[in-house]
Amino acid sequence: MIRDITIGQYYPADSILHRLDPRVKFVGTIMFLVSLFVANSFWGYLLATVFLAAVIIMSKVPVKFMLKGLKPLFFILLITVAFNLFLIPGKVLWQFWIFKITQEGILQAVKIGIRLIYLVIGSSVMTLTTTPNQLTDGLERLMRPLNKIRVPVHDIAMMMSIALRFIPILMEETDKIMKAQIARGADFENGNLIQKAKNLLPLLVPLFISAFRRADDLAMAMEARCYHGGENRTSMKPLKYHSRDTSAYLCIFLYLAADIAIRVLI
Amino acid sequence: MGIVKAIKLVHDYYKYDESGHVEGTYRALDNVELDIEAGQFIAVLGHNGSGKSTLAKHINALLFPTEGALWLDGMNTTEEEDIWKIRQKAGMVFQNPDNQIIGTVVEEDVGFGPENMGIPTDDIWQRVNESLEAVGMTAYRHHSPNKLSGGQKQRVAIAGVMAMHPKCIILDEPTAMLDPNGRKEVLRAVKELNEKEGITVVLITHYMEEVVNADKVFVMDQGKVVMQGTPREVFSRVEELKSYRLDVPQVTLLAYELKQAGVKIPAGILTTEELVNALCQ
Repeated sequence: MIRDITIGQYYPADSILHRLDPRVKFVGTIMFLVSLFVANSFWGYLLATVFLAAVIIMSKVPVKFMLKGLKPLFFILLITVAFNLFLIPGKVLWQFWIFKITQEGILQAVKIGIRLIYLVIGSSVMTLTTTPNQLTDGLERLMRPLNKIRVPVHDIAMMMSIALRFIPILMEETDKIMKAQIARGADFENGNLIQKAKNLLPLLVPLFISAFRRADDLAMAMEARCYHGGENRTSMKPLKYHSRDTSAYLCIFLYLAADIAIRVLI
Repeated sequence: MGIVKAIKLVHDYYKYDESGHVEGTYRALDNVELDIEAGQFIAVLGHNGSGKSTLAKHINALLFPTEGALWLDGMNTTEEEDIWKIRQKAGMVFQNPDNQIIGTVVEEDVGFGPENMGIPTDDIWQRVNESLEAVGMTAYRHHSPNKLSGGQKQRVAIAGVMAMHPKCIILDEPTAMLDPNGRKEVLRAVKELNEKEGITVVLITHYMEEVVNADKVFVMDQGKVVMQGTPREVFSRVEELKSYRLDVPQVTLLAYELKQAGVKIPAGILTTEELVNALCQ
């Protein structure tokens, strides 16, 4: 039951987007998010739509998976759109009790709606085409300049990748402890919210104890294998830019430039 | 001097009370003397709490002596600047396979040690390939460690140590959490490394069957080395072993009981074949 949860949402496929350097995809996603807030006219949104559609087609990931990311955000989306729809003053088109719908309201609600949806789809394109490992690697490289202001970039990246490695192990363990406690009469299903939360205690305590023990063991195993932080460390799979990465950067910058041009000119 | 040498090695664990004051000490190692020659297959036997894991962690400079000293390949483990060299030369494999694999892919985990040592990328790949080949895990190089069996995980852990090109491997109860098949798999891999690559092996265990092929056996009890010698010498002293809460292999026990009952067979029989031969004479 609990084991069905997948970590990250990587969708394995062989596309140009999958093969791109994770740094390109990360920068690209941020650029796309920026472009969504730059775009303010019909043409701007059209450009964004075309760009996003092209990227989705190139990624070879079924659109279904992209839309899945929207589900948990449905309510936030609904509330945001509703607020914009009802609360923006302007030319009133329709009125009922205290609710007013204005022309400006409709326009703003549509804009915000599109922005949010594209934002989520745009970032899921990145997570769907990049393995969690590549993502941490890419982030580590991109954040490296922060080392100068004493941000422990390498350590953060190492923590992220260890967390990723241990999620399935801890899941399995949760499952095991849960079954053991159910066998002894623990009840995780019934009762109101407070009772349910209380009932989780016999699950969480052993899980935490075991997690600390594992952390201790792992730290020792890492030290035994000469781990001493990021200094003088080499990489087995160093990130290298290929020509396709350069072209991808070019495309992204062209897109952003076009977007800004539309904003300024129209 | 051998590759591992300990003189009057003492290790005390401190017990603290709630306010952080030292409440008492527990002597985990008590005047241990050890001299291991390069290329040997050494087994350290002992009941739980006999100090064998503590000893293992001293060889790898994960723990430091309270008194006495330990040298690895001529380097004193208390010398601060040699610590990474010592850890590279004495690789360590732990009991729980899940808690020592760092990489999310098999080959990345094997590359973890060399990465830490600052080996250039191309050399890392060569080391990873060789190490995976040596433990027979090449076919699984792109797998996630979570999907492997216990025996396979331990072989990956051994490969991870091998990639650091150690002179000595210390295995701290590597088979305690494995099923019989996994246990055989791991032992075969270790034995091969010892024979083919000439790596010194220190196998810490409480399974008697695993030490039959060792060159030398040390038996520990309450922090002291109480017996040492070839497996044959050690196993011929059945009563003494029992007093340290250790069981001898079944065949050895049977031969011992037969001898006690008056059958004329030599002492310290280790394998079924030997017993059959002795009885048929």
